[in-house]
Amino acid sequence: MTTTAATLTDDPARPRTSTPAVQLRQVGKRYTTGGPDVLQQVDLTIEPGELVCVVGASGCGKSTLLSLVAGLEEPTSGTVEVAGDGAALMFQEPALFPWLSARGNVELAMRLSGVGRRERRDRAEELLRLVHLGGSGDSGVHELSGGMRQRVALARALAQDRPVLLMDEPFAALDAATRDLLHDELERVWLSSGRTVVFVTHDVGEAVRLGRRVLLMAGRPGRVVGEWRIEDRRSAASATWGRRLTAEITDRLREERHRAA
Amino acid sequence: MPRDTTVLVPDRASVAPSPGRPAGRDTRSARRVGAVLLGPVALLAVWQLVVGFAPDASVVSPSDVVRAAVAAWARGDLPSALTTSLGRGVVGFVLAVAIGTPLAIAVARVHWVRIAFGPLLKGLLVLPSVAWVPAAVLWFGLTDATVYFVVLMGSVPSVVNGLVAGMEQVPPLYRRVGTVLGAGPLAMTRHVILPAALPAYVAGLRQGWAFSWRSLMGAELIAGGGRLGVGLGALLQEGRALGDLATVLVAMLLILTVGVLAELLAFAPLESRLARRRGLTSQGSR
Repeated sequence: MTTTAATLTDDPARPRTSTPAVQLRQVGKRYTTGGPDVLQQVDLTIEPGELVCVVGASGCGKSTLLSLVAGLEEPTSGTVEVAGDGAALMFQEPALFPWLSARGNVELAMRLSGVGRRERRDRAEELLRLVHLGGSGDSGVHELSGGMRQRVALARALAQDRPVLLMDEPFAALDAATRDLLHDELERVWLSSGRTVVFVTHDVGEAVRLGRRVLLMAGRPGRVVGEWRIEDRRSAASATWGRRLTAEITDRLREERHRAA
Repeated sequence: MPRDTTVLVPDRASVAPSPGRPAGRDTRSARRVGAVLLGPVALLAVWQLVVGFAPDASVVSPSDVVRAAVAAWARGDLPSALTTSLGRGVVGFVLAVAIGTPLAIAVARVHWVRIAFGPLLKGLLVLPSVAWVPAAVLWFGLTDATVYFVVLMGSVPSVVNGLVAGMEQVPPLYRRVGTVLGAGPLAMTRHVILPAALPAYVAGLRQGWAFSWRSLMGAELIAGGGRLGVGLGALLQEGRALGDLATVLVAMLLILTVGVLAELLAFAPLESRLARRRGLTSQGSR
C-alpha cells in the first residue's frame, strides 16, 4: 500500500523547502447542516510548482475540494490556505463569454484585476500564442472547436496570473485525440510557467499521464485514501509501467467503491 | 455526442457551398418578401369582397381609404399628426429606457430594492396604461406632460421586466466564472450580467416600444383638446366625431404601419445582429 493521507504532511522523501502552495488542515464540508459529510478531515499539502492529479469516482467530493481551494465555498470545519492571492480555476465547460472574442475573454481576466489596456492586449496575444491560438484572437467563441475553446479557457486562467491553477475535469468533454494534444500542451505550459497545478479527473489513465503525484479520493464521506508519486517521468512514459500503475489505482478505486456501496 | 458531430459537419459543408448558393439566397429572400405581403394582400381582397357584397354607408372600400389618405396628406393633417405622435413616441420611449434601465439593474442586483419594488413593477404590467389617463389629466391638465406620463407608466415596467428577467436567467456558470476571475458586485454587473442579459434586454426594449406606442395612442384618443397637439390618436377621435370612417381607417393603418416599420427597421436587425455575433444562428456558426 502507498502513503496514506495521514502521513502526507510529514513525508520524509520530500523535505519542505518553502511555504506550501495549498494547505488543507482537517477540512470538513457539509452543504446542509446535519447533512452528509461531503468531505471529512482532509489533510493535504501541495508544494509550489507541483502538478497533482486528484482522481476519484463521481460524487466523491473532488469538485468540492477544488471549490474550497478556489474560495467559492467555505469549509464547515478546518482551514484552507492558498499561497499568494488565491487560485485560478478552469471548469469542465470552457465557460467562455459568447459576447467576447477569444482575445476578449482572455483580456477580461486581466481587466478585472486592473491591468492596463495595452499590457492586456500584448499579454493576451502572448498567452494565445502559448496555447497555439496565435491567429485566432479575433474569432468569436462560436467559431472555435471544443478543444480550441478549452485552450482559450486555459489562456484565460493563466491570464489571472495566480500561482495556483485548479482544473476541474477540463478535458473530460473532448475527444481522445484532442485530449492527448491538450495533455502535452498543459505539461508544456506547466513546465514553462512554474505554476502549481491541481488537476481533478475521474479518468485514472489521465491522472497517471499528467500527475507527478496522484491522489485517490473516495466518497461518503469524501477523503483522500491513497497517494502515488511519479518522480521519474521517463519511467512513467514507458507504456507498461504506466499501464501497471493505472491498473493498480483503478483496483483501489474499485475497492473503495465497493466499500462505499 | 462528438462522434455524431464529426460525421455531420463535413456532410453539411459538402452540401452547402454549392455554386447555386447566391441565386438560391436571392430566391429565398424574394419568396420571403412575397410571404410577408401575402397577409396584407389577402386582407385587402377580403375587404374589397365585403364592400362588393354590402354596399352600405358604414362600409368604405380600400380605394376610399386611399383617397382619404391622399387628401389628408395634401391638407397637411396627416404629416403633422404623424410627426406629433412619432416625436412623442420616440421621446417617451427614450425616457422610458433612461428610467427603466437603471431601475432594472437596481431591482435585479440590490436585494431590498427587489423586495420593495419587484412585485409592484410586475403588477404595473397588468394595469392598462390608459387607466392612468383620467388621473393624469387631473394632475397635469391637457398638456404633453399627461401624454408622457401615460407613456412612461405603460413602457417603463415592460423595459424593467425584460431586463430583470434577462439578468435573472444568466447561467450560474457565468457568475461562477466571474467570481473566479475576481469580479466584485459592480464588475460582475458590468462585465458579466449585463452583457449576458443583452438579448433579453433588446426583447424588453421591443416590448417597451410597443407599449409606449400603444399607451400614446390610448392617451391621445382619450385626452384631446387643450394644449395637446393633434396626433394620430386625436385624428382617430376626430374621424369618429365627424362620422368619417375613411379617416378613421387611415389613422389606424398609419398607427399599424409605424409599429411594423419600427419592428422591421430597428428591432429585428438589432436582434439578428446580436444573435449572429453570439453564434446563435445557423449561418453564423460552423
